[in-house]
Amino acid sequence: MVRTVHDPELPYLTVEEMGMVRGVTMRDNRIVVSLTPTYSGCPATDVISEDVENAVQAVEPEAQVEVVLSPAWTTDWILPSAHEKMREHGIAPPEGQSADRAFLTGQGKVIPCPRCKSRDTVMVSAFGSTACKAHFKCNACLEPFEHFKCI
Amino acid sequence: MTEGQHLQIILRLGDDALVLGQRLSAWCGHGPILEEDIALSNTALDLIGQARNFYTLAAAREDQGRDENQLAFFRADNEFQNHLLLEQPNGHFGDTIARQFFFSAFALERYAFLSRQLVDAEVAGIAAKAVKELQYHWEHAAQWILRLGDGTTESHEKVQASIDDLWSYTGEFFHPDEVDEAGAEAGILPDLAVIRKAWNARVEACLSQATLTRPEDGWMQHGGKQGIHSEHLSYMLAEMQVLPRTYPDATW
Repeated sequence: MVRTVHDPELPYLTVEEMGMVRGVTMRDNRIVVSLTPTYSGCPATDVISEDVENAVQAVEPEAQVEVVLSPAWTTDWILPSAHEKMREHGIAPPEGQSADRAFLTGQGKVIPCPRCKSRDTVMVSAFGSTACKAHFKCNACLEPFEHFKCI
Repeated sequence: MTEGQHLQIILRLGDDALVLGQRLSAWCGHGPILEEDIALSNTALDLIGQARNFYTLAAAREDQGRDENQLAFFRADNEFQNHLLLEQPNGHFGDTIARQFFFSAFALERYAFLSRQLVDAEVAGIAAKAVKELQYHWEHAAQWILRLGDGTTESHEKVQASIDDLWSYTGEFFHPDEVDEAGAEAGILPDLAVIRKAWNARVEACLSQATLTRPEDGWMQHGGKQGIHSEHLSYMLAEMQVLPRTYPDATW
């Protein structure tokens, strides 16, 4: 059931592909779905919790959703299938591991254009249309694109 | 560290994030250029998100039936324990950037410690994400300090004045009180002397690259952590809290 819930900001991705579902367990005869929020200020988090709750309660009215803050979510948990879907939708997925500081802020990292695959791209702004994205431009095909930031 | 002090530590973290987040939100729609408008609003969003996490945790721990909203909207000015720097008015863009620059350098070091400490796993979880978000905030502020300081004569003079004006609010970061000392002893909070060293290194390197002068350490303001604030906080809270206080059951 959880697999059917999509991220409202990236509707082609499920919460599972986003690495937000940390587990489904039985506790006191109830199903408990553990969810971890992505960016601290992501406004979609509340909607996602509700959507997951509605989805599981449709089959199991007693089921609950619990929010887990530790360990903190990282873009490293996004599944490879999600990376491919992001590219198809014109968003450059996170590059590298978030533990690498240089990757965090785009210093010295090359973000290939999701459209023409050129590596000749430039960051326009580290802050994009949502908290999780930066704004880039491709120097080869001249198209602007978004990059899902590594955290 | 008493249970009350532990709670106070979490609330203070939330208060710093909320007060600065609220201040920055006022730039939404007023940024000098579109990218800046978005950058400042995104930064505000991160901070308010961090505040929500800390408040939700504090409310659950205190178990008094309060929630994040009650902590944000139904506490008086003297119950807020944020650092005084964060409630200072936005001023012009250079003032806002200087405030962000000083705080981000501090918060980055503090969150890095909080994310590694083993006393409180939930605080560590919130901090582990916040430290990465703060890295972006710091880079953004530092880039602007560089551009404004090493820019035109006018931008240089203006941002130097911002740095000078706000300098006396930076001492409070490193001025420990009983709660800070108890927290440091228990291992949940860093030793502020260590953070000060790292902060100075960060700030001095950037100021010097930006051809700006680091002010002398003179008399420093403090009191925010004890709930003794500048007048600015009361006005800010009045605006922020008026709706839920007037219509407590209001929903979207």
